[in-house]
Formats: sequence, structure tokens, C-alpha cells
Amino acid sequence: MTLLDPGLSQRLLERALRRGGDFAEVYVEEREGLALSLDDGRVERPQSGRELGASIRVVQGDSTFFGHVDGLREDALERVADSVAQAVRGGSAPGGVRQAEPMQAGARHEVALRPEEVDAARKAEILHSCDERARSASGEVVQVTVGYAETRRRIQVFNSDGVSAGDDRTRVRLSVQVVARRNGTVETGHETRGGHAGFELIERDPEQVASEAARKALTLLDAVDAPTGRMPVVVGNGFGGVLLHEAVGHGLESDAVQKRASVYAGRLGDRLAEPFVTAYDDGARAGEWGSDGIDDEGTPTQRTTIIEDGRLTSYLYDLLRARKDATASTGNGRRESFRHLPIPRMTNTYFGPGDATPEDLIAGVERGLYAVSFGGGQVEPATGDFVFGVSEGYLIENGRVTAPVRGATLIGNGLEALRAIDGIASDLEIATGFCGKGGQRVPAGVGQPHVRIRALTVGGTAT
Amino acid sequence: MSARGGSDLEAVARRAVEAALAAGADDAEAWAEEAVTRQIRVYEGAVESLTDAGSRGIGVRVFLGARSGYAYGTDLSDAGVAELARTASENARVADEDEFAGLPDSFGTADVPGLHSDELAAWTTERKVAVAVEVERAARAHPLVSQVEDVVYSDAEGRVALANSRGFSAGYESSSAWAYVSAFAGEGSDLMTGLGVGLARDPAGLDAEAIGREGAERAAALVGARQPQSRRCPVVLDAFVAASFIGFIGGMLSADAVQRGRSLFAGKEGEEIASPALRLADDGTDPEGPDSAPFDGEGSPRRRIPLIEDGRLLTFLFDARTARKAGRETTGSASRGSYRTPPGVGAANLVVEPGDAELEELVRGAGEGVYVTDVAGLHSGVNPVSGTFSVGATGRLIENGELGAPVREMTIASDLVSMLRSVSAVGSRTRWVPFGGSVKAAPLLLAEMAVSGS
Repeated sequence: MTLLDPGLSQRLLERALRRGGDFAEVYVEEREGLALSLDDGRVERPQSGRELGASIRVVQGDSTFFGHVDGLREDALERVADSVAQAVRGGSAPGGVRQAEPMQAGARHEVALRPEEVDAARKAEILHSCDERARSASGEVVQVTVGYAETRRRIQVFNSDGVSAGDDRTRVRLSVQVVARRNGTVETGHETRGGHAGFELIERDPEQVASEAARKALTLLDAVDAPTGRMPVVVGNGFGGVLLHEAVGHGLESDAVQKRASVYAGRLGDRLAEPFVTAYDDGARAGEWGSDGIDDEGTPTQRTTIIEDGRLTSYLYDLLRARKDATASTGNGRRESFRHLPIPRMTNTYFGPGDATPEDLIAGVERGLYAVSFGGGQVEPATGDFVFGVSEGYLIENGRVTAPVRGATLIGNGLEALRAIDGIASDLEIATGFCGKGGQRVPAGVGQPHVRIRALTVGGTAT
Repeated sequence: MSARGGSDLEAVARRAVEAALAAGADDAEAWAEEAVTRQIRVYEGAVESLTDAGSRGIGVRVFLGARSGYAYGTDLSDAGVAELARTASENARVADEDEFAGLPDSFGTADVPGLHSDELAAWTTERKVAVAVEVERAARAHPLVSQVEDVVYSDAEGRVALANSRGFSAGYESSSAWAYVSAFAGEGSDLMTGLGVGLARDPAGLDAEAIGREGAERAAALVGARQPQSRRCPVVLDAFVAASFIGFIGGMLSADAVQRGRSLFAGKEGEEIASPALRLADDGTDPEGPDSAPFDGEGSPRRRIPLIEDGRLLTFLFDARTARKAGRETTGSASRGSYRTPPGVGAANLVVEPGDAELEELVRGAGEGVYVTDVAGLHSGVNPVSGTFSVGATGRLIENGELGAPVREMTIASDLVSMLRSVSAVGSRTRWVPFGGSVKAAPLLLAEMAVSGS
């Protein structure tokens, strides 16, 4: 599959570097997608899209000049190259363009059943069966929303260092939201399944996603007000890893580090956690939501150990920031689309498994919170201060999980929370998330086994 | 009302509608956009990145009886729009019937002056870079500022065209320019962030010095912040934070959220839901409003809709579909994120009517309390059905009617209804806050909230 003729890409690179520059890149992308949603028992407004376009950037010193255009018409691409070249200041000698190496295809993540080859009616049928499964869980289920989305992004990257690479990415995602009501109490449960994979991921018992969403909503109907204060917190596996993503991962992205906008700047090699704590960012993990063959600058994705035996071992780099630190890209140069500049982003970020069981972790807590899943979170990367809404949580009393709680919020600081990890289980799981940064939204996998934090502030609703 | 090529875009939209009808649609609509955008980031006085881009795209909505489907794309050629029209029709066949679906029953445009400034075209890149550099300089000039991470200047000039199978065809052009800064004060784990922002129709409308100073002062005010003790107390929300809450409440006033049972305001139309001090409107025609336009996402004229007056909820926001379902008239509230999404119900510009208190008076009125300048996790922290929330907050203590020590790592908790009822005063200075929707907000004094810290 070729989107852009390599000869043309070579000419565009030369044209973009005409007035100088250290580096030039042409990025081409075709994206297609289909989304269906079901609400109130009805499949509504099915929508699909197809976009094709390219961008060109030139880097000169610490400055980047960037332009993008819809479509791949040669004259339009030449105009973008010219306008980018025009913006380069103070350069005189044209920048060099190395002969392109043979096109590298990104490592394949298996797609057994191409989503676009599956009849749309079959997808609508799955939405209905999820709806029915959730409603059959209880008469207290009053509302079900089901969403299905498939996307395919085919990209090609050419740069003046001779890189020529392509990737073909297919992602599918099924999500179910259930609202349950009992008298005046209304609660919501949410569950998703997704991956860098084909429709086979969805076909395998899709109704299980609906059952799980319904279970969460129904459980919360019995919830008591969340406790307030400092206490031990056991964080659930899978989506619980959003805490690592937000409170640590963002601070390891090299753009924040280089601008000293991260508490992790200058801390490589420092002991930040107990020796049994290890964490990774892994964009190559087979079939995961945040995985790709190459990143959006043509660097093969890899597993990067960010914390090893409690010590900070690596930041996350794209090409630009790696060059500045005289190191290699870790394959974390990602962008939302051809309309965006690549920036350092996480792929799938997770704590490595330990050897405890979740029951061991809980048994050691006299009074605390079991935070199974979060509704989302926010962090200030400069300080690592974070806030997470707990969407599914329980009290832990005398080493046992007891009543579900509503309205709990975890507030704390990434460095402090890392230091306070005193137990890790073996049940690693990775969940699907979307991460926003600098106005760009990309799929990101978050995950972990069950993790226990000695003490965190829980902001509850009980007073 | 269109000019300078806008009519070409309208012609493309009309061709897409014709193609959809030819493909068997009973009704069709096409929304086309084109824009030229520029974004400049500066760091330490130099350009970090400069983006110059053009984009165009179109979205086609078709109706087959009571079913509807949507398709969008970037290929505006005759063949491209014909393909989209076919895809949209195929998508409609997968949809279930919705008896209320369909185009509005009537169409029109409002006269909204000032959406576009010719001044923008007269600005060279160098002058725009200078704006961003000045924002950064002003932020760094503050003695407590230790770092300025992000300075962005951005502008856009765009056209929109909408055509449908009932003969509506119109377009408009608009321009915008905005700048923001994210400044840090303090060091190490005491590093605190402050945001400064400004927006206008062109760069001449931006006060670069004020934007930089705002970011610096917001960060500097938080240096040395500590976790406060838990308490129940009066709370003053600054305009940024008030805007976040108002934006969230605006989402729950959508008739779609109400009809789907996802709004705590369901069944509350005409009832008292707020303190009389709080007056709220949605104004899609305010010349300064970022989301103002002559018509909404499906061709109904934009207008000013009073939402809360005398403490009463006057109306929800309706598009054609929700209005039909409720037996009402649309309020012109079909909103479009872009050509990539079909219209949905949403507020244009939520406007809080200013009160008569200066910020100092609100703080004095609080006596002993907390002044909140930032909240985190609002969208995950609010239960959209019950309205209960607990969100992370940063700000300063209010001691003896004056601003005191900075505080962080706390949550503020209440529920939206109690919060609306507890507004005891509204600040006199409103400002546009462009994130999380478009809101013109003022600081608010709330009689009581639960603040949890240590």
C-alpha cells in the first residue's frame, strides 16, 4: 500500500529544506472510521468518515515549522513545502536529504477479521444484544448506552535522515454505559473493551461487556457515602493504572522534563519507590489499545522500562527531544492526525506484576478504600498533584472488602504515592483509555496489577 | 451574507445535498467548513513551533424516512461528495427508526455583526510572533515566576456553509485569535501553575501584557500551598472555576440529556432551582461570543435564550428533534463540533449576568472560607444524574474576610442543586472563558460547601 510516491516525498523534503534546516519530514495519513451508538434501545445516527492528508515539518535549531493540507495533490503538497521553507529564518544553505532507505513496515498487530468487511447490520445486532443483556441484569437498570467504533489509519513517514516507514493500524472498541435506579438513587456503570485488533476482539462474547457495566451500576445502588481522610488504598488492576499514567507517566514525557515542568526532571537513577516496583511504557505489546508498529515519526515502538527496582530509569522521547538530550527516540513520538505535530506521548503504561494476590493486599488493611476503577483523573505534571474520581470503590474493614462507596475522590501527589506503594499483585491487565495533551487526543493503554498504597487522601462525601 | 469564496463552499454543500437526494434520501443536509489557521508557540523568546495550515471538510446527514445516517470527509470534489452521500445513506439503513428525527420545520438566519475581523489579514507572522513573545516576557517578568512552559498564540479565519433539501443555503465567515500562557512559580514539589488567557476576533484585540501577567499572578498566588484542614465553609469560585461549573450545568440543560433521563433538571422547568442572585442565559448572538453564529448546526437562527431568572429554570435547550419530541419549538441549539460530527443539542455561549460585587467584597462576604482558583476532575467527579460531586481544588484560604494562605490537595464537595441555591452573590466583572465550552462567567460566592483536606 502506497499513499505517496517515494520519489515525490524525496522532492518535497528537498523543497522544504531549500532555505536551510536541520531536519525535514513528510507525514501522510489516510484515516477511515465507523461509529455506531445505541441509546434508548435504538441504534441512532450511524456515522463514518474518511480523511486524507499530509503534513510537512522542518526543524531548525530549537524551532519547528509546520504545515498541513487535506488531500495529496502534488501542487498542494508543494505549496505546503514552500510555505514551511519560507518560514525558516536565517538559514541559507539548503539542508541535506539522505537517500531514503527501503520502506520499513511497522510490526503487525494481528487483525484476523477486518472490521470494514463485517456487515454493519451485524454490528448493530451486537449493540442490541448488549442492550438486552444489560437490561436483563435487573429491573433496576433504567438506561443503557452502547457504543462501537472502528478506525483504520494508514500512515507513511519520510524524513531527511533517510527514514521511510509505514504502518497500518486498525482499532476497535466497544463501550457500554448502564444507569440503574432505585427510588431516589441513580448510579452509573461503565465498561469498555478495545485493542489494536480486528473485529474478532468484539465478536468474542460482547455481551460480557454489558454484564460488567450493569454489575457496576447495580452494585453502586447499595453504596454508602465515601469516607474522608488519609487511609490505605488498594487500587484495582486494569483501569486502576490510570493513576500511574496521570501521576507519573506525564511527568516522564521528555517535553515536560526538558522544560523543567516536571517533578521528575533531573531524577534519573533516583530511588522513587520500593525495590519491588517496576514500570513500563510498551508500544509494542501485541494487540493492545496503545500499541502501534511504528510511532508517528517512523521509529519502531518498543518496551521502555521507566522504573526498575524502584529507580527511575528512562524518560519517554520523540525524535526532537531525543536529539536535544543526545539520546535515541523511545518510539513515543505520537500525533492525533496529520494535522498535528508529534509530541512525546505514552503508549501502554503499566506497573509490572509482583507476586502477591489481591486478597493478600486487602487482608493487610484494617480500614481503607478499595478503588477498583476510576471515572477519570487529572494531574498537574509540574508537581505531580493528582485527583481521581473513583467510579467503583468499596470500604476495606478488618482485611475484608465490605460496602460499596459513592463519591470518593483520591487526591495526592505522584512522587508521594510512588513511595507509598507497599504491595503489588500478579494480575496485570491493560485497559483502554484516551489521553489528551496539547489539544491532541490519542488512544493510550493504562494498566497494572492490583497495587496497594500505604496512605492516600480520600476526599469523600461523608462528613 | 457570505463573501470571498463562501459561495463556493455553499455550492459544494448544495451539490452534496443533491447527490444525497439522487442516492435515494428523503431529506438531506450538508455542512461544509474551510479554515486557515496559524499557531505559534514561543519558548525563551524564540519560536518553538510555527504552524500554518489550511483545511476543509464536509459532513452529510441524510434521512431515509425516520432513519438517519451521517458521513464526513475531506474530499470536496463532485465524486467525493457523491461518495459521502452514498455512505451516509448506507449508514442510515443500519439505524433504527426515530419518529422525531428530521430537519427543522423552518429555517432562518440571525444578523450577528462582528464575527469576522478584516484586521487579522493585515497582521504579518512577525507581528503575531511578537504578541506571543510579549505574553511570555510579561509572565517571566514576575519575580516569583520560575518557568514559563507554554506560550501559544493561535488564530483562525474560516467559513461555514450549510445547505439542505428544503431550500436552505447560507454561510458565514468568522475569525478568532487567542493566546494563553502556562506559568510556574516556586520550585521543586512546590511548583505551582497559573494560566493566563485572552481571546478576540483578531490579534489587535489581545492584551499580551495582561495575559502574561495573569498567568504569572495566578501561579505566584499559590506558592507555598499546603493541604488545609477539612471544614464546611463559604466558598468563592473565581471566574475560571465558575465557568467550569456553569459549562457543566449548561450541558444538563440540553433537552436531549433531559429526555434521555440524564439530567438532574428533568421535570424542573418553571421551578425554582437556583438562588435569585444567579441569572444565566445562552446567547448565540453575542458579537464577542466564541460560538456565536447567524444559524445553528441545522439552519435555525441563533438567539438569546434566558435560562435562569428569579431563581427559576425557564427552559431547556432544544434542537429540531428534541423540540418535536417535546411538542415545542427549537431554541436554535443544534451545535456542531465540526463537520466530523452530526448536530447535537448544546449551548452556544453561556452568559452569567454580572452582579454588583467586586471580588474583594465577595471575599469579605465569605468571612472564613476558601477561594478556589482551579478545579481538577470536574467531568469525572460529578454524577451527572444525581449532581453530587467531589472535585480536586486549589486556591487560597479566606481568613477574616481577606485572602490568606494558599491551599492545595483538597476537594470541594456538594451537589449541583444545593450549589445553585447557595449562590449568595455574583461578581461584577465577567470574562470569557474559552475552555470546556464557551462561557462568560463572573466570580461566585457560595454560602457553604464541604472542603476536605487533612
